Amino acid sequence: MSAAQTTTADLPPARQRTSTGPGTGKTSAPGPRGRKGPGATPWLLLAPCLLIIVLVMGYPLFRLVSLSFQSFGKSELWGFKDARFVGFDNFTKVLGDGVFWSVVLRTIVFAAGAVILTMVIGMLVALLLQKVAGWVKALISIALVASWGMPIIVATAIFKWIFDTDYGVLNYLLSRLPGVDMIGHNWFASGPQGLAVITLLVVWGAVPFVVITLSAGLTQVPKELEEAARLDGAGAWGVFRHVTLPILKPIIVMLTTLSVIWDMGVFPQVFVMRGGNPEAEFQLLTTYSYKQAFVVNDYSGGSAIALVTVLLLLGVVAVYMRQMLKIGEVE
Amino acid sequence: MTSTTAAAPATASPGAPRYKQKKKKKSRLGWNLLGLLVFVTAGFPVYWMLNTALKPAKDAIDPNPHFFPTTFTLDNFRRALEISDFWGPVGRSMIVSLTVVVIGIAVGMLAALAISRFAFRGRKIVIVGILAVQMIPLVAMIIPVFLLLNDLGQYDKLSGLIITYLTFILPFTVWTLRGFIVNIPKELEEAAMVDGCTPTGAFLRVVFPLLAPGMVATSVYGFIQAWNEYLYALMLMSQQNQTATVWLGNFTTKNGTEFAPMMAGSTMMALPIVILFLIVQRKMAAGLTAGAVKG
Repeated sequence: MSAAQTTTADLPPARQRTSTGPGTGKTSAPGPRGRKGPGATPWLLLAPCLLIIVLVMGYPLFRLVSLSFQSFGKSELWGFKDARFVGFDNFTKVLGDGVFWSVVLRTIVFAAGAVILTMVIGMLVALLLQKVAGWVKALISIALVASWGMPIIVATAIFKWIFDTDYGVLNYLLSRLPGVDMIGHNWFASGPQGLAVITLLVVWGAVPFVVITLSAGLTQVPKELEEAARLDGAGAWGVFRHVTLPILKPIIVMLTTLSVIWDMGVFPQVFVMRGGNPEAEFQLLTTYSYKQAFVVNDYSGGSAIALVTVLLLLGVVAVYMRQMLKIGEVE
Repeated sequence: MTSTTAAAPATASPGAPRYKQKKKKKSRLGWNLLGLLVFVTAGFPVYWMLNTALKPAKDAIDPNPHFFPTTFTLDNFRRALEISDFWGPVGRSMIVSLTVVVIGIAVGMLAALAISRFAFRGRKIVIVGILAVQMIPLVAMIIPVFLLLNDLGQYDKLSGLIITYLTFILPFTVWTLRGFIVNIPKELEEAAMVDGCTPTGAFLRVVFPLLAPGMVATSVYGFIQAWNEYLYALMLMSQQNQTATVWLGNFTTKNGTEFAPMMAGSTMMALPIVILFLIVQRKMAAGLTAGAVKG
């Protein structure tokens, strides 16, 4: 982590340097390119990137919207029939369905739980890293980076094994506690308990990024400020609440918004954990949309659900973008 | 971890009396124990994967599991290799991930240069667009992407998967490379141009060497993301053309899951990735957070 700390510590001077004059290098650059006018070069450089994004992201996005206003099923997929415009039919059907609303509620509770756990545990571990000896810090860092780098699909397989009904090590360990008998306990018999296990899996994979980012941020908190607050009689909580937290706020906002977006989009964890066919009690918006499209073969209904998911996230995305743009303005 | 040892004395306030420092040492024991608990909890799943992979399959389903290995065996790995073709999916994942990274870095580099080194009209809109694209949940796009590739005849083709992966690797690459470029002072290029370099020459001789470590880190990170992707690999490829992540599902059949070989397969898939990750993680953490800390 030392590299991260030193690099980030170098940032403020670098920012000052770059902020002296945006685009001076470009406008003062002589040569044949100058003839094309100041605007041509950057657009030429951007062209391939924008082309790919517009073709493979922009068009499907447009298609997603148009699909959700059409009737598109198996026969349209095979080309036997042309897609028909049906207006808001898909949306009235989806939004009028009680199952849909229970899925929305479940997704929000699941994502909120995962985000709060991730942020709180991440913050606590980041603070703990400041207190422990060097070798403990090194050990924790290795464990965190290993779990961060784990492919989600592998992590899911491991958790499935640890929480297995018959041979899972967790049931064995819990049963060793006095008065607890969990041998043969099926963690996935009920939706809430199964989703709690999946929340743990998501949190386990998400905490390292939060810890590493917050740790880098914590090194930026001036020691003098903490010292001053302590002299003024602030306790450990007071220093954290009134000194550390305000300084870390931009990072926390960014991490929280990112976590919300990621956790609302959880798919493989649920899908693989439930063997490719999640039960009704396990359906989140993502798996529900997938099921509607590829199992029920109602592609337009699935698109409508996906679109509603994206709309639900827009508020969070707006907060994230504002934070990132503040950074963009600096240069 | 050199800085951690250096930072340790700094946490003890310089003017604090001796006895206070002694008290600090004692309380540090408690923190260290708590730290070890965090280490064990965070590391246990990975440890359990290795532990299960390396012990005989019948020990893995022992009702009294051994927490420390007694007998080592590679049988699970042998079983994992024969349960269904291993090298085919791995090879395909390799082709897809490498191609995505090469195209992503080349195209992304140009775009990153444009938004970090040039002031032009619409720059802000481009930045917003690239950030926004990153925010669209991939799962939401699976239906139209599936239909698009179906129409283009790219369903069940590696090329189709590569194009699809580019859409999430590219915005990330552009944004991260931008972070690295911004931290290279413009004066260096300007000095080179004063000395007679063309803008292209200045970039190749001055900026590029400084940028190389960041580019390596970004490519490795992009490679890992492409390698780990599951949903699109599952949806867009048939059984015969499956990639490594989907291959891992072969251990679960109607008759149950063969956990010990599955853990061996998981180890083979994850170990190279985790090692790559350990190598680039420091650089990436710096790159990813650069933006946030600056704000």
